[in-house]
Amino acid sequence: MRNFTYNRATSTKDAIQKVMKQNNSTFIAGGTNLVDRMKVFLDQPTELIDISRLDIKQIERTREGGLRIGALASNTALADHPDVRSNYPLLSRAILSGASQQIRNMASVGGNLMQRTRCPYYYDTAFPCNKRQPGTGCPATEGYNRMHAILGASDQCVAVHPSDMCVPLVALDAVVEIEGTRSRRQIPFGEFHRLPGNTPQLDNNLASGEIITAIILPPVPFAKSGVYLKLRDRASYAFALISVAAATEVRDGKIQNSRIALGGVAHKPWRTLEAEKFLQGKSANAETFQQAAEIALQTAKPLSQNAFKVEMTKRAIKRALTVSAQGGGVV
Amino acid sequence: MTRSSRRGFLGQILAATGTAIAAPTIMNQLQEKDQTIAAPAPGEVALTLQVNGKPYSVNIEPRVTLLDALRERLNLTGSKKGCDHGQCGACTVLIDGQRVYSCLSLAVMQEGREITTVEGLAQGSTLHPVQTAFIENDGFQCGYCTSGQICASVALLNEVKQGTASVITPDLTSLPQLSQLSESEIRERLSGNLCRCSAYNGIVAAVQQAAGQTPPEPTALMLVKETQV
Repeated sequence: MRNFTYNRATSTKDAIQKVMKQNNSTFIAGGTNLVDRMKVFLDQPTELIDISRLDIKQIERTREGGLRIGALASNTALADHPDVRSNYPLLSRAILSGASQQIRNMASVGGNLMQRTRCPYYYDTAFPCNKRQPGTGCPATEGYNRMHAILGASDQCVAVHPSDMCVPLVALDAVVEIEGTRSRRQIPFGEFHRLPGNTPQLDNNLASGEIITAIILPPVPFAKSGVYLKLRDRASYAFALISVAAATEVRDGKIQNSRIALGGVAHKPWRTLEAEKFLQGKSANAETFQQAAEIALQTAKPLSQNAFKVEMTKRAIKRALTVSAQGGGVV
Repeated sequence: MTRSSRRGFLGQILAATGTAIAAPTIMNQLQEKDQTIAAPAPGEVALTLQVNGKPYSVNIEPRVTLLDALRERLNLTGSKKGCDHGQCGACTVLIDGQRVYSCLSLAVMQEGREITTVEGLAQGSTLHPVQTAFIENDGFQCGYCTSGQICASVALLNEVKQGTASVITPDLTSLPQLSQLSESEIRERLSGNLCRCSAYNGIVAAVQQAAGQTPPEPTALMLVKETQV
């Protein structure tokens, strides 16, 4: 790791001012991903602005009946919050299925959104990578791509976003609250992360100097039935091959409302609005769920080693919808 | 000659001449004396870390991880460097009571935090109950991952007492007590600590004992069994 100067921010405003002063300056909160990237020289900031002590950790109920989650709340604090456990269990379980207790204690909610792909070619500076060095090429398109995208990829980049937490957040229509040099703004969660297109070096739509201050969850009454199904190569402490966050509202055997989002399949947490629309008013049964799964994956383009993900995701959607329609719980 | 090597050299001399008991006192004095004279070199910052109830002042580069600071600067080598990338858990320590990977923590960010390493768990010559349980249940083979496993287990027990869920907790609104904590729960909650010797059965038994449960007999642990996770 290259050495750097260290600066502790006293407020979000102070943090933004400090980070804007120097070209190669960046924020650090939990550091679970950034420090690791610095160790392999992926990131070589000349200055770190420590925002970990800023007073934006609170998780509070909103007037609308949702939650406002301070960006520096730890992953553990969010997963363990009583309102999250009872009203948004899919969010609790998604967080708890990610990383390990040690990482979840360290990692912040805002940092979870900012983590970068674990594509091995991105991580290994001996390889070309369009995300790391635009224009150098993507070895994953022809190489080891078992863990990579099946939806929304481009010929420049087939990496996936590694977060579990972000999958239910996009399903729940969360909003990202951002503070910048001049103003505050809010971005719908689904518009925070980007698809790779011709700019795979950009993971999200944050502008220079902007800082995430909170995530706002609207009330979603039927999220109580929400589930998170994560499939991976070992039972714990591994990134997802694919994952599904799903919630349904079923009345008299008919689906009134549903949410489906996928992880491990794309460059961003992947909401499946068309499948949700299809489900509305349909009977909650295996056949309907199968059709919804087909719709969710109809634009899937698997790579040389990950065709299995298409069928796996379909079955996971079916299973998650089934369990959610029965009231939720462990999938 | 750097400060740390001088201290290490002195410690060896004192130990070799049979005055090992006096060594820590003299070394502490040396350390304190150093603190008053040394100014941070370019690229370093002056930092006080509170470890196992004691303050340690060091001049350190901001890029030094907490793990390297503990091992290389404070001579607290109980915390181990396995992968150095937050994948194995050998470096697990507690910061303000919460378990973290010290290899992914920057020392400079820990000022004012209370750090507990495996060296800080015992009360004098009385081992922490989790340490005793690891010994009594063969919770290790080579021992390299053990300090991390023990720190993680100490935290695990506190987390269960405080009502922390795991992903396999059946009902998130009704969490298990220590006495009901299942073997699968223990395995899931310790999944951030790897053991290449695969002493997992003994580790789980140790946690069961420390949780107040009756662990299986050691001979039973030697049998291959299927565990539902």
